[in-house]
Amino acid sequence: MIRHLLSGADLDADTAIQILDTAAEMAAVSGREVKKLPALRGRTVVNLFYEDSTRTRISFEAAAKRLSADVINFSAKGSSVAKGESLKDTALTLQAMGADAVVVRHPASGAPHRLADWVDGSVVNAGDGTHEHPTQALLDAYTMRSRMGRLAGLSVAVVGDVLHSRVARSNVLLLSTLGAKVTLVGPPTLIPVDIAAALAPGTAVCYDLDAVLPSTDVVMMLRVQRERMGDSYFPSAREYARRYGLDGARMRRLPEHAIVMHPGPMNRGMEITPEVADSPRSTIVEQVTNGVSVRMAVLYLLLGGNNR
Amino acid sequence: MNSYLIRNVSVLGAAPTDLLLRDGVVAEVGRGLSAPDAVVIDADGLVALPGLVDLHTHLREPGREDAETVETGSRAAALGGYTAVCAMANTSPVADTAGVVEQVWRLGREAGLVDVQPIGAVTVGLAGERLAELGAMADSAARVRIFSDDGHCVADPRLMRRALEYVKAFDGIIAQHAEEPRLTEGAQMHEGEVSTRLGLTGWPAVAEEAIIARDVLLTEHVGGRLHVCHVSTAGSVEVLRQAKARGVRVTAEVTPHHLLLTDSVVGGSNELASPAIADTWHPAGAYDPVYKVNPPLRTAADVAALRAALVDGVIDIIATDHAPHAVEDKECEWAYARPGMLGLETALSIALDVLGPEWDMIAERMSRTPARIAGLTEHGRDPAPGVPANLTLVDPASRRLIDPAESASRSRNTPYARMTLPGRIVATFLRGEATVLDGKAVK
Repeated sequence: MIRHLLSGADLDADTAIQILDTAAEMAAVSGREVKKLPALRGRTVVNLFYEDSTRTRISFEAAAKRLSADVINFSAKGSSVAKGESLKDTALTLQAMGADAVVVRHPASGAPHRLADWVDGSVVNAGDGTHEHPTQALLDAYTMRSRMGRLAGLSVAVVGDVLHSRVARSNVLLLSTLGAKVTLVGPPTLIPVDIAAALAPGTAVCYDLDAVLPSTDVVMMLRVQRERMGDSYFPSAREYARRYGLDGARMRRLPEHAIVMHPGPMNRGMEITPEVADSPRSTIVEQVTNGVSVRMAVLYLLLGGNNR
Repeated sequence: MNSYLIRNVSVLGAAPTDLLLRDGVVAEVGRGLSAPDAVVIDADGLVALPGLVDLHTHLREPGREDAETVETGSRAAALGGYTAVCAMANTSPVADTAGVVEQVWRLGREAGLVDVQPIGAVTVGLAGERLAELGAMADSAARVRIFSDDGHCVADPRLMRRALEYVKAFDGIIAQHAEEPRLTEGAQMHEGEVSTRLGLTGWPAVAEEAIIARDVLLTEHVGGRLHVCHVSTAGSVEVLRQAKARGVRVTAEVTPHHLLLTDSVVGGSNELASPAIADTWHPAGAYDPVYKVNPPLRTAADVAALRAALVDGVIDIIATDHAPHAVEDKECEWAYARPGMLGLETALSIALDVLGPEWDMIAERMSRTPARIAGLTEHGRDPAPGVPANLTLVDPASRRLIDPAESASRSRNTPYARMTLPGRIVATFLRGEATVLDGKAVK
């Protein structure tokens, strides 16, 4: 098993499948009345969050607690380099406390890589800047597999602000490893340069959402921040929604079996309409549930729970 | 004052001869010289070059003496074979008045290891809003001829035009940091495949090329003199090639790091322009800010174009952009780190890798031409009777493993750590006095 989970590229197909299979076992535990396993008793998991992200933090916290780990929440927001302790000093502190795993969310791309150089424990990237969010990709893959029954050969459209999306990068890497065919859709200003060469050679890019929908099994909508308008990535929220938002009419262009995903939090009315978000095709709530199981699996496997 | 008799030295690759340095000049050149009072240096196998001249050095004093001082930077320069360095203006306070440039000039004289020629800021406080007192700096004891807001681009086209025009009165030159600021807001590394993979905001090549294109046109229009700092892209080379073909008075520099390192090292790869160096090298991990620099490391194709341009002369000189930074400014998240790399002690090795033992070209790109651009008439002159004894002795057969802890700089941010580089500086002389002997600083 790998020591850190920093990027979707850290996972080969066998490891990724092992995580998804383990997550399925964890999901069975979560369905019981007593939702707890003793697997990580006596182990310490630190949640080191330099950005507000209640959903991701509580998901990791629930995962660690269901495995009986001791959980320390270290909210470092506001104490960033400018006025507080450096990341390195924080790392040394966590090291001295004997953290077995550090789950880190950070606004700077690559911060988890730096952290991994400075601590002995496992580092799990819970989202770094505009880089990656590998456990989100795992939970997305888990959700697709449970809904569609397979990953290999699926056509997945990832729609929206790919440029600033850590979710998109991790999904492109992981889904390609698992044999899905990814098409990135968005305005050209929000598709990063050389994306296929950078991440996965089979990745396609299309600027026309309507053109890709009929042949798509999974459509994953990305959050688009309204602030991007100010930087001229697109003219207005209305024009964005008109060209790249998923509404009921567009949803009906999808094949019968297709599902709609969103990593949350959603901008209802911007990239997705309530009609779509609340429809039976939407997996948005399931994704949250699956997140806990997948993170249990990641912590369990990284901390060597399977070797006991 | 000591005299030195350098025996069996190859001047610029020619057959071995002896050099006698006395009273600050090269007193005699010839085989079998004798001088009983002189310190004898056995220079068998060594090559004598005119002392190197760096047109682009950050000495950090005044203001960031924790990162470098005029003295420590001068010592690093001497160890790298330099006898003169041009000190950039982005100190604190900024070198935008006669008082500050004279202070830096005086500190250089006191250190006495290289000639420190201050560069003056183009605009007050490097703010890009109004001209600094360029004439006062030119008339000061520091005799400033080069003006630069380096670290910042003089982005306002009208201000750039006026600066190019104004300094004609005292044969000044504007050294531009070519970076269109609106195209590089928040930029962290070269925009391309690697920035996409790493999720770092891109610094597009066009942000450099657009400013160089504008500036050569402005220079042509007003008949001024432009020097382009740290050229980093293949596109910039083509813009410069066309401008030079039209006779625009423009010169350009390239840094050692842009001649060797590519943007892929930011992702933890060991891809270098030189396979011989890459073979035995283990880079720092992904996102290590030791590789963060502005302009950023570019692609292998850019590096190849820069190497070719240095040979064919479109790029006139190698300048180090030696940029020391304190440990805490590099041992952090990539986005929060300061850009810049050390360069003085390793530049000649990179030149040897790029140019090979083409000593005349090395002297041209690292000594004669930079001295001419900077107006340093005592420097950049090949060893010959009567010439100021500013020279350096190189052992081209030596190879050395770079250990940051051994640097004479106060900082440790060398991107060449753990590389084995060709060549070693054995001795350096400033006006006939040794600043480096046996590869060690004399003072």
